[in-house]
Amino acid sequence: MTLQFAISPDFPPEHIAGWYIFNTWLQRTLDCAIHLQLYDNFNTLRKAIESDRLDLVYANPFDASLLIREKHFMSLARADNLQDEAIILTADQHPARHIEDLCPDTIIAATDVPDIEMMGMIMIEPADLNRDNTQLVTCDNYVMVAKQLLNGEADIGFFLAEAFDSLSDLVKKQLRPLVRSQIQVIHHSLMAGPVLHDRHTALMTLLSTMDTSEKGRGVLDALKISRWIPIDQEDSEFMIDLMDTLMID
Amino acid sequence: MQDMCPRDIVGDYTEHRLRYFDGSQRTVLVSETETPYPEGRLIVSRTDLDGVLTHVNQSFVDMAGYTKQELIGTPHSILRHPDMPRAAFADLWQTVTAGKPWQGYVKNLRKDGGYYWVLATVIPNVRQGRVVSYTSVRRKPSRGKVEEHTALYRKLRMEEDQ
Ligand SMILES: Cc1cc2nc3c(=O)[nH]c(=O)nc-3n(C[C@H](O)[C@H](O)[C@H](O)COP(=O)(O)O)c2cc1C
Repeated sequence: MTLQFAISPDFPPEHIAGWYIFNTWLQRTLDCAIHLQLYDNFNTLRKAIESDRLDLVYANPFDASLLIREKHFMSLARADNLQDEAIILTADQHPARHIEDLCPDTIIAATDVPDIEMMGMIMIEPADLNRDNTQLVTCDNYVMVAKQLLNGEADIGFFLAEAFDSLSDLVKKQLRPLVRSQIQVIHHSLMAGPVLHDRHTALMTLLSTMDTSEKGRGVLDALKISRWIPIDQEDSEFMIDLMDTLMID
Repeated sequence: MQDMCPRDIVGDYTEHRLRYFDGSQRTVLVSETETPYPEGRLIVSRTDLDGVLTHVNQSFVDMAGYTKQELIGTPHSILRHPDMPRAAFADLWQTVTAGKPWQGYVKNLRKDGGYYWVLATVIPNVRQGRVVSYTSVRRKPSRGKVEEHTALYRKLRMEEDQ
């Protein structure tokens, strides 16, 4: 039987080779065939989860609830150096200096990454802004979001904080952060489905000790992950509870 | 819960006697100093089924002004401000014990007598089909909503006092 492995579509494109290397490492370590499936948007990934087609997922926090509470997945690990934090930016020439300076009919540029959009929407609430009195323009990637701001086509942009940090200095200089989230407990997680439950503890150990071998470190480097931190079930339940409170409006 | 201590209070204050749901009483000391909501943060706590704190995050500790040790094991009502109407918390408890999420604007009392406003969401935590605890996550409210609720709660308090 070939296991099906999917990664959340919001991975940085330059990590694609890294995920294939990781998949090869997983196949050798587990001694079974694993097919790495890439999805180009969150909807098609969700459909695959809903129709029970996946056994391993590197999941956006937004999909964690569906995977764990409905599809009986269990969390394995998260990347030590990666957290999902959002930042809201304007073009440097934009008159807004604070979130509270924003007015109804604000145009927002964002990608389709669901947790970042949710955090962005929460961070504009202090200006009494919400989905009903703003206009959301969905872009293919963060460079396009930045372009919307620089061209004056959007007032604010929602970014993954890391994605903003990795823009070129030239672009960054023309953008101004209005607010940056510091939530610290929302992160992507590697999760395993029911067929892997009997190997769960073994898999967690393999992942969390990956950085102790030279080969393992090479694989992690390709993914720009410093090491995998094991996640216990209650930690992921806690993150899901937190996400649940944020989705209520 | 212990009475609040004049030594901990910053600036002028007034004294109030609060009677809690369980019948206990406590003297709280209240100043007019507002602490602004910390930008980009969420204030998170978890309680057991009786509303006793079992988890607080760093933003909670920073805003409440108590140490983590002082908070864990203490009823959540340690933050109750005398300007909050009973009706708000009655609604909160009625909603979450019915298994539903509650959302509302809350003025909280700090250890130093000051206050801070939040938009709070409380949800029941369900494990294996049973509610085992409650989680509350607070975010920054808009000024307009704070002003609206200041007036609304004043009116409700006056009705409750009659
Ligand atoms: C998860 C959770 C979070 C709560 N957060 C607060 C809070 O931030 N401030 C507050 O005054 N009461 C909060 N409450 C309500 C208190 O438990 C309590 O009902 C309230 O302070 C009024 O006190 P009393 O019910 O003893 O009269 C919370 C309750 C729960 C279950």
